[in-house]
Amino acid sequence: MNSTVATPAKPAAATRPGSPVVINEDANHELAIRVEDLNLWYGEKQALKNINIDIFQKNVTALIGPSGCGKSTFLRCLNRMNDLIRSVRIEGLVEMDGRDVNARNMDEVALRRRVGMVFQKPNPFPKSIYDNIAYAPTMHDLVSRRADKDDLVESALRDAGLWEEVKDILDQPGTSLSGGQQQRLCIARAIAVKPDVILMDEPTSALDPISTATIEDLMDKLKTQFSIVTVTHNMQQAARVADYTAFFHMGELVEYNDTKTMFSNPNTKKAEDYITGRYG
Amino acid sequence: MSHSFDDISAQLKGRHRRTKRLKFMSMGALALAATFLVVFIGDMVMRGYPAFQQAELHVPVTYSEQSQEIPLAAVEEDVRDLVSRGWLRQLPRDMAADASLMGQTIDRWVIADDQVDQYLKGHKSHLKPKQTAVLDRMVENGTAELKFNINFFTTGDSKLPEYAGIWSAAMGTILTLLVTLAFAFPVGVLTAVYLEEFAPDNRFTQAIEININNLAAVPSILFGLLGLAIFINFFGMPRSSPLVGGLTLGLMTLPVIIITTRSALRSVPDTIRQAAFGVGCSRWQVVRDHVLPLSLPGILTGSIIGLAQAMGETAPLIIVGMVAFIPDAPTAITQAATVLPAQIFTWAGEPEQAYVERTAAGILVLLSVLILLNAAAVMLRKKFERRW
Repeated sequence: MNSTVATPAKPAAATRPGSPVVINEDANHELAIRVEDLNLWYGEKQALKNINIDIFQKNVTALIGPSGCGKSTFLRCLNRMNDLIRSVRIEGLVEMDGRDVNARNMDEVALRRRVGMVFQKPNPFPKSIYDNIAYAPTMHDLVSRRADKDDLVESALRDAGLWEEVKDILDQPGTSLSGGQQQRLCIARAIAVKPDVILMDEPTSALDPISTATIEDLMDKLKTQFSIVTVTHNMQQAARVADYTAFFHMGELVEYNDTKTMFSNPNTKKAEDYITGRYG
Repeated sequence: MSHSFDDISAQLKGRHRRTKRLKFMSMGALALAATFLVVFIGDMVMRGYPAFQQAELHVPVTYSEQSQEIPLAAVEEDVRDLVSRGWLRQLPRDMAADASLMGQTIDRWVIADDQVDQYLKGHKSHLKPKQTAVLDRMVENGTAELKFNINFFTTGDSKLPEYAGIWSAAMGTILTLLVTLAFAFPVGVLTAVYLEEFAPDNRFTQAIEININNLAAVPSILFGLLGLAIFINFFGMPRSSPLVGGLTLGLMTLPVIIITTRSALRSVPDTIRQAAFGVGCSRWQVVRDHVLPLSLPGILTGSIIGLAQAMGETAPLIIVGMVAFIPDAPTAITQAATVLPAQIFTWAGEPEQAYVERTAAGILVLLSVLILLNAAAVMLRKKFERRW
């Protein structure tokens, strides 16, 4: 089963594998990442089956689906974090900027500079707040002078909506903040290296509702600068923040659609069942 | 059909009794161990503290040409057997160094012979009645006293017990441990980092892990044979030197350091590594900037404990020859040396009575250093402990 549906309910633009069924004409649709026939095995077990999807720039793309359907696995393919898992085998194309991400001549460290990640449980470095932000840009030789570092830290924290709360305590350890603040710190850390794409793996599932709302607003603000791909268990969150939504089921990409259409008039029965809560 | 509380309590009496019995048995075991420890340390202290005192005699010493030739002539006849022969032997040297001494007779404190020392401390001695009479008179006059034994801490081994000290053994131990540390710490930590962070998880690395664990349990004397065969016979390094001793102990400590370092590295949560990879760190940067700083307390603790264990090892060092008679403290790692436990071993085998207390005092010194090392390990751990 591939992503294009057998019988679309309404006329769609000429679809090729990977493009959403309904494209939002006002939104940006330059490609950020193109995935073609991606398959992934954990040892003998196949976790991703023939995934075809186009991720657009400066949009929020949400990946939804029941537990164990492969959304997080797919997300990790985009920045090659699956390389850290021993028994993983990947076939297929993940293309960014015209280059195959999994090719031998692609340096995964370079990839991860352009594709950042925010994890489910906030994991700031056990360093000061300042060093949390300044560490990666310094390592990538983006800044060297103290003044430049200060500016970078301030702008990253402002973009993450955290500056006002921490500007006086930049020396304190990042782990001394509350959960929501830690997650915003992780977001600030990710945007400090000025990536093209930010991957977010259920960023608010460990947070309280108020922090969740703050981060959702943040995603809306950040999409003007970055392409965001987020995995979420929370369908309402996807409906709130995402421009495009992809529905995964048992390792397959069942439907990929503009969010409004996905939630009001999904193309496939499986997606409809999931969205209306018949299973989950 | 439920039971009332009384029915249930009746059944529980037996179980509560057994729990109490277990509790008392474990407290008893602890008390037994503590008793042994207290008795051992108490016994050592009782035996050893006399070694920190040394008998000295306040006698007139005549510096003349005659006494320069025959030092025995420098003191009066009745105290000639009571003054230490070693002290008298030094006389010509003192006179050569200080010309103004010639022709003077000075009343001074002089180190006494070890038999005098033992007599004053109340042990059996080989002194004849005439000599003990002289001594008793001197004690009454205040010209024979037990003073602080500075020689114990400043001199090396000697055939004369009154001049025997642990300084050369202490220097030997320090030099040996430095060599051990310089060899085992970097090699051990880097090996553990490689095995834990870089090596693929296959049969080969698993075999290595099993073998390292086994090496940690090998009897230490076998490392001595290894050191003899490789370092002394094959490489031709100087026998009985801290270099060979340190390398041998280093081989012995290596498995311990590798194992404790690996466990410290494993205790760093994986989320830290993932965050570091996520911002684009290379594997080596992840280890150097994130994993190693966090695992440092564990690594240091393990290394210090391994070092403390190495410090107390005698068997392998006996095989590589560090149990020789070493009167002068070594100044380089290629000179002959001995170590504290070996010195204790040597003194324990000496016939003179005076060595009994010195053996016990040596044990006390060794124990103090061990306690200090372990306390340092605990302190370092507390200092570097970080929350994540």
